This record gives sequence, structure tokens and C-alpha cells, in this order.
Amino acid sequence: MALKLMSGNAAIARGAWEAGVVFAAGYPGTPSTEVLEHLAQYDEVRAQWSVNEKVAFDEGVGAALGGLRTMVTMKHMGLNVASDAFMALPYSGVNAGFVVLVADDPNMHSSVHEEDTRFFARVAKMPMVEPSGPQEAKELVGVAFELSERFRTPVMYHSTTRIAHTKGLVELGERLEMPQVQYEINAPQFSTGIYRHRLRPEVEAKLEKLREYAEEFPLNHIEEGRLRTQVPPIGVITSGICYQYVREVLPEATIFKLTMLYPLPLQKLKAFCREFEKVYVIEEGEGFLEEQLAAAGVTNLVGKALFGTIGEYSPQRLEAAIKGTQFPTDFGREIAIPPRYPTFCTGCLHRTVYHALRDLNTMVAGDIGCYTMGALPPFGMVHVNYCMGSSVGNAYGLQQAGVERAVAVIGDSTFIHAGIPGLIDAVYNEGNNTIVILDNSTTGMTGQQVHAGTGVTLKGEPTVKFDFATLARAVGVKHVAEVDAWQMLEVKRAVKDAMQYDGVAVVVIHGPCQQLPEMKEREIVPYFVDQEACYGCDLCLALYCPAILKDEEGKLHILEHECVACDICAQICPVEAIHQKVCA
Amino acid sequence: MNETTNVILAGVGGQGVILASELLAMAAVHVGHDVKQTEVHGIAQRGGSVHSHVRFGGRVYSPLIKPGEADVLIATEKLEGLRFAHYVREGGVIVMNSYELPPIRAGGQYPHEAIDFLRGKGFRVIAFNATEQAAALGNPRVSNVMLLGAASPYLNISEEIWKATLEDRLPAGLLEVNRKAFAEGRRVAKQARS
Repeated sequence: MALKLMSGNAAIARGAWEAGVVFAAGYPGTPSTEVLEHLAQYDEVRAQWSVNEKVAFDEGVGAALGGLRTMVTMKHMGLNVASDAFMALPYSGVNAGFVVLVADDPNMHSSVHEEDTRFFARVAKMPMVEPSGPQEAKELVGVAFELSERFRTPVMYHSTTRIAHTKGLVELGERLEMPQVQYEINAPQFSTGIYRHRLRPEVEAKLEKLREYAEEFPLNHIEEGRLRTQVPPIGVITSGICYQYVREVLPEATIFKLTMLYPLPLQKLKAFCREFEKVYVIEEGEGFLEEQLAAAGVTNLVGKALFGTIGEYSPQRLEAAIKGTQFPTDFGREIAIPPRYPTFCTGCLHRTVYHALRDLNTMVAGDIGCYTMGALPPFGMVHVNYCMGSSVGNAYGLQQAGVERAVAVIGDSTFIHAGIPGLIDAVYNEGNNTIVILDNSTTGMTGQQVHAGTGVTLKGEPTVKFDFATLARAVGVKHVAEVDAWQMLEVKRAVKDAMQYDGVAVVVIHGPCQQLPEMKEREIVPYFVDQEACYGCDLCLALYCPAILKDEEGKLHILEHECVACDICAQICPVEAIHQKVCA
Repeated sequence: MNETTNVILAGVGGQGVILASELLAMAAVHVGHDVKQTEVHGIAQRGGSVHSHVRFGGRVYSPLIKPGEADVLIATEKLEGLRFAHYVREGGVIVMNSYELPPIRAGGQYPHEAIDFLRGKGFRVIAFNATEQAAALGNPRVSNVMLLGAASPYLNISEEIWKATLEDRLPAGLLEVNRKAFAEGRRVAKQARS
């Protein structure tokens, strides 16, 4: 039996491959990204990065109607983008199996907000499943496809950061080759806009059948506790990663483990709750399970009031809440443990750009990507920040309200994802804004994924390369400039000129991400500080470059192992004390 | 085999904490253990604090280790070792890179005395400048594998299995320098032990 160490995301991809998935699309978003990256490694799967989750979802719907088993992937915030299509699809149902993977991020490790997307399944009336570990993550994909085809419904596959990024042993299986399902034109079924009133009761009828099925769904099951005889016995209702924590913290408990989270097997759950004096409902995020149980009349639940809604759960958190265990805390009371916040990499283009913007005294509407960190010291140069693409509209609106010098700063992948409509709108409505596009030739924050502006597909094939300046001109922007990110003065001049232009102006700043293989693998000749010439003005230190530090005697140094020779510190040094080491 | 071994790995994003975790998890699989591994990192790719949990033994449920229950902590940077030291059980082992990478917004504040402090708390601390020693081998980036080598005498995994794991996971071009780094770390730890 082949056992392999796999992350939850790799296991989901494997499960999709084994389930015969042919088409897969998505947009990168932590913690969902690696599913599609792994899927792309299987020759039989047409896996692709789409420009955003909505487009990926629409493409997936087409592929599933056309008869291919299809998976689309996204993080919780991506579901917000795709939700228009997500809500409509249950009305028509699907032809071949369609599974949408949505990964939530409790604790917001890499997210703007802590959203519990399980509620979307309920609003859309779409069945939803959730795995508790890598092996189950793999198996459950096939189960989700069977469910999808049996009930001709899309299925939401819910995951979280800890499921996605936990590795464990997975037993590999064979691929099931699914014959393509015949597609026949059937407008009354799939043209939901016109036939919505006929379809509406069908959604309810299907949901009723799903409710009945949930009662007998074999992966919703009860695990007897070791000490069922103890008084009083402990009952727990849980799912996902919390199931693993419960097994560890409460080995004596009897567990109702839910794998299908919507619709719930309410009859079975109510019967389970009657057997115990009190029942813990252990779920991260909101009280999704607890509230439905309470609405069904169950009164002996202990859930959110004890465990809370904010952040990620852990064995420590559950044990402290249930048993009152005190755990050691860090030694910060006895010895200084300064925090280490994430920062721009050494040589990152964003550092140059924010340095330039700071000098120009602008007001910045920021966007989603590594450059969001421009909000942090020493730059403090992102003043408004919400979601993918919002910078362009926010800057336009601020200018409508009379806020001068509002500049939108948006990354290449994010601009393609959701920035383009805002740009067209600003031109159409005669705005007076500068839009700075940070083109680092990758989707950086999620781990360097290709996009439409890179000229390469997820499968590694060359393709048409999107050109930012051409697009800006095509939608009617009259002032378009392109500059090299590591020419500090040129960056500053280009942004300044754009801000002085009367109308919508676009500045495209090109500078590849330092984490791209071609940047990492190039020969680097590091810089050093000439201690004779340096008089300690600290201007270079103010770049907050991880490679530059000050020793206890106040002398500035460049860490040889960290420097990537971007030249920015040398450009800003007023006494030319920073030089590149001479090659031998 | 029913006992679970808990290992925390900590460092700065980009130092290879995740790769070292993966090597350890793979080696434990080679032994025949059940394994869970997970990592915690912040919003960006690089520069922030990163830590990873590796658990192996008979049957492992949770990937997360509770504070005070780690048998071994491997830190690729000194301050990051100190930050997660409370995860280590009483008398547990801390393998630590003495290389200092001061956080850029700490205003020069850095706990240089962390190693002595942790020894004073009763931990068994093995500390050396793995970054410098790795650079001497020709690649400062292999400090992670050197530290893993230094932790290896405490992990109950045979040298043959470590060797096979390095071969399985690492690209051919980097195998030799990593092998040397692992051996050097193991030598340093054994010397410290005797």
C-alpha cells in the first residue's frame, strides 16, 4: 500500500485526480493555493489560474455543464468574488460533478478578515462537506463528486488553514476515468434568469432530499468514548480539524463527527444530544452548527460562549477552556523578546516605491498583496485598504470628496483580478487620479504564481502576455508611464508627473519579485558600507531593509548573506559610502 | 511506538524552517511512525517569524503541540528560539543557531544573552553559529539542515534513514553540501553531549 506524506491541499488535489477531475480553475489565495498547483502536476487535469474567482467559477460551470468533472478553488475572500455565480448555480444544478473548494483562514494568518464561509452553503442551499485530516481530505473529494452527480447539485468542499497546511500520511489510490457526460441543450434547466420561478421550488425539493440523505450519510458518525460509563458522560459535536483536537484533549468523550456540514442530520443530532447532560459543540469561527441545533430546540449545548469566535482553535485552547489547564507562556516577562513583523524582502520593489511615495507626501489607497505592508512603519504609506481591486475605486471616491493627491497602489495580479473595471470607471467618469501598478511579474504574496501578465500558464506553457500600459491606453488613459523599480529618482519623477497631470494617470513600475527563481539564482555581488566615508545619517537604515543593521557602536553594516544588490541604499546614501564589492 | 515525539522548529521566513520540518517528517515516516506536521506563518513570504510543529509516534491526531510539551526545539535564529522556548518541556532539548538576525523594527533591542538564559531555565541547549559554519561549507542557506543534524542525536532516527531522506528530498546539485552540513551538525551535537 503506497503511503505518502502529503499536505491537506496536496491530498485534496490527489483526491480530485483520483476522482477523475478533468478541468480545474481558481485564483491563488492562502490557504487554498497549493490545491491547484498540485493539480497542475497531473497530466490528465487541465488546471489553470484564471484572472479571478468569479471567472474561474463561470468557466468551471461551463465545463461541468459540458460534461467534465470539475473543481474550482479559492480562499474564503475569493468566494465573495465568485458568490454571484455561486448563488445562482444551485437553481440549475449541474450535469457532470462540480465541486467548489473554499478554504477559510481562522486567525487571519494571511487574510483581511475572519470570515466563516459555511454560511454561504446555507444561503445558496448547496450541500457542504469538510475533512478532518489529509487522508480524509483525499477520500472526501470523490465522495463530494458522487454527491454532486447523485443530486445534480454543486457541492461546497470546506477547508481551513490547519487542514490545508497539515501534512500527514495518505494512502494513494488509482484514478477513476470518468466518461464525459453528454451535454444536451436544455434552456429551461440551465437558463436560470428566465426560468427562475420554475426552478425555485426545485431547489427546495432537492434540499429536502439532501436533508434526508444527511441522516444516513455514513461519514457523519458517532465515535464512542473510552469512558462512556463515566458520570456524567461527555458528548461532543465537532468537525474538521477540531475533531483531531477533541480526540487528543477529551479521549473520554463520545464524539458526533460531522463530515457533511450542510444540510445537517438534525434528527440524529437531536437524539445524540438527548443522551448527555451537556454537549460541547466545537467549531472554529461562528456558531454555524450550534445556532442550527439551538433553532431545532436543543438546549444543552456548550459552544461559543465557552470557546469564543475569534481566532484559531488548538488543543491548548480547548483544554484550557474545558479543564482549566494553565499552560506555560513565553519568557517575555523575564527577558526582552521583541516582535518580528513580516516585512518586504531585501531588494523588494515595493520598498523603493513606498520610499518615493513618502517623499511625495501622497495619500495612498492600497490593495491586496505584499505591498499592503506599506501601511506599517517606517513607511505608513497605505492609508486605506479593503479588498482585491478596491484601491482604484477608493482613490476615485476620495477625490470626489475633495481629498487631494489620493493615489491608488495596486499589484499586477490584483489589477488584472479586480482593478480593471475601476480604471475604466475612473476614465469614464472623468476622475483625476493616479493609479500606480506594481508589476513584479508574479502573484507574490501567495508564493509566486503566474498570471495573465507573465506570459506563462499554470502548466508552464508560454502564452499571450498581457500589457498594462497598452490596456491603460486602450481604455482611454492619456497619461501612461513605465519605469524601472530600482531607479529611485525615476520612480519618484514618474509618480510626481502623474499626480500633476489633470485626469486619470497610470504609472506602471516594473521590478521582478526577488523570490522568483530567475532573481534568486542570479549571481549576487553584495554591497558594503565604507566605514571611512559613512557618517551615520541612518538614511539607509530608514529603508528598513533586512540586510542593513546598526551595531552597538552605532556603525552601519550590510549583511553579506542577506544583500541581493538592489542598489537602493547606494542610491540614497548622501555621501556615497555604500559600494558593491569588487568582483575578483 | 505509542509515545509521541514533539518537535518545534522556529526561525525567520526564508531560513528553511519548512524544509527542515519536511525532512524530519519524512524521516519519521521512513521509521514507520504516524506523522503530523504543520506550520504557522504570517502574511508575507519572508522576514517574519515562522514556526512549525512536527509530531510522530504510534497514532497522532492533532498537528499542533501544546506549550510545555515539545521534546526538542530547533531554532534557525536565536531570538526565534527564545520566542518559542516555552513550548519545550522541562529539561527538553533546544538546538539553536547563535546567528543573530535583529528584527528591523525593534530599535536595536535584541536578547543577546538568550542562550545562557535558557540554560538557566534547565533546558539542554546546543548552540553554535550554523550560518557561519554553513557559509564555510560554501552555502549559508544549509544552516537549517546543519541544525537538523545537530538535533538528530535526540530524535531516535538512524543515520541510514537520515541519509536516505536527504537523498529523497533534496535536488542532486545541493545534496552534497546538505549532507556535509547534516554531518557537521551531528558532530557538533555529539561533541557537546560528551
